[in-house]
Amino acid sequence: MSTVTGIDRDALARVVAADIPPGSFVNLGIGLPTRISNHLPPDSGVMLHTENGMLGMGPEAQGDQVDPDLVNAGKLPVTERPGASYFHHADSFAMMRGGHLDICVLGAYQVSATGDLANWHTGQPGDIPAVGGAMDLAIGARHTFVMMTLLTRDGRPKLVPECTYPLTGLACVSRVYTDLAVFLIQPGRVVVRDLFGTSLDTLITLLGVPLVDGTREAAS
Amino acid sequence: MTRVAICGSALDAVAGVADGATVLVSGFGSAGQPVALIEALLEGGARELTVVSNNAGGGEVGLAALIRDGRVRKVICSYPRQSDSWHFDAAYRAGQVELELVPQGNLAERIRAAGAGIGAFFTPTGFGTPLAEGKETRMIGGRSYLLEYPLPGDVALIAAHQADELGNLIYRKTARNFGPIMAAAAATTIVQADEIVPAGALDPEHVVTPCLYVDRVVRVERDRVWSGEGL
Repeated sequence: MSTVTGIDRDALARVVAADIPPGSFVNLGIGLPTRISNHLPPDSGVMLHTENGMLGMGPEAQGDQVDPDLVNAGKLPVTERPGASYFHHADSFAMMRGGHLDICVLGAYQVSATGDLANWHTGQPGDIPAVGGAMDLAIGARHTFVMMTLLTRDGRPKLVPECTYPLTGLACVSRVYTDLAVFLIQPGRVVVRDLFGTSLDTLITLLGVPLVDGTREAAS
Repeated sequence: MTRVAICGSALDAVAGVADGATVLVSGFGSAGQPVALIEALLEGGARELTVVSNNAGGGEVGLAALIRDGRVRKVICSYPRQSDSWHFDAAYRAGQVELELVPQGNLAERIRAAGAGIGAFFTPTGFGTPLAEGKETRMIGGRSYLLEYPLPGDVALIAAHQADELGNLIYRKTARNFGPIMAAAAATTIVQADEIVPAGALDPEHVVTPCLYVDRVVRVERDRVWSGEGL
């Protein structure tokens, strides 16, 4: 069992938000990635896409703003930003599949060292499978990032040599943001860009995945 | 004489839906779900239905009620599991309802293809995953795709915001979702609209679903009250 403690969810959301170029078109997955929107500067010009048919999504609706016709992919009430647009589902997924979104940030059960993603089904017998837009999101954006804790609650790594859970997409993840480190998935290697309160050696032992030290490149 | 029928009640609007029909149902959760038409279908008594929709119903109304009452033989959807999908969950676990799980974008494109006269299409979504099992695959331009077929309906049940007397439709915010593509993909398209306005009252530049896709319209008043749904 690991005793390392990294950064908290909001600090991690800030790290991801800082890497999103101004003016990007971005889809934030349900759960942890939704927090990133709280840390995008108001003048960043980042436009949020939600796969149920909207570009220019604003923050969660409060009080009188709540409108059952205006929800996000998690079916929670949201608001619209000036310049928002609505479109039907086939257009919304054409936008994604057609490579028109710059970045998609998703949660995950597991990511492999080659960027395979598992985030839709635990594969447990008796679990009712539900995929939603996960497979479309995984392969659709120009860059697919994952944001997750590096370890499960019982201490098992989620960045793994090969996924054991059912796959969502093959070789689709290019970057993994976790509470302990940021990993860049590159052809044939995994580069550690940032470390949060841990060391490269600790991570190598923990994960069983060969890691390349990229922390100095990132700092320079 | 216009081709669209303006119906006096939701029950009239869904008249003639046969047992065993494939029914496309608009909506993403409760946003855009044609609850009045589904409840009329329930009252009308049609059985052994195949329902195509993004979700498999939540709570006690609409799709959930149809499943609760054993009217649905098969659900084709992307996301059946919700915090309040207990009727689907129970029917599925009891083996009373069959599930075909389709990634949301493939579901939308299959419906679009049905309305657009496309015979089949290659999509990258799902390649290499358990949902690609048994499907034909092809490498095109160095990328792997799988073959998906259209998903037409006998009937589409659609919720729109405004309809004119000819059947032109406008939707509201994210309640649009599957409405426009389902309207085009069914032999008979039935619409519940918040409001029916005279022909010419909708700006032609703003019409989302042109009237040739629409067969029947009924006005259904709706309280836009939050149902407390989520996930």
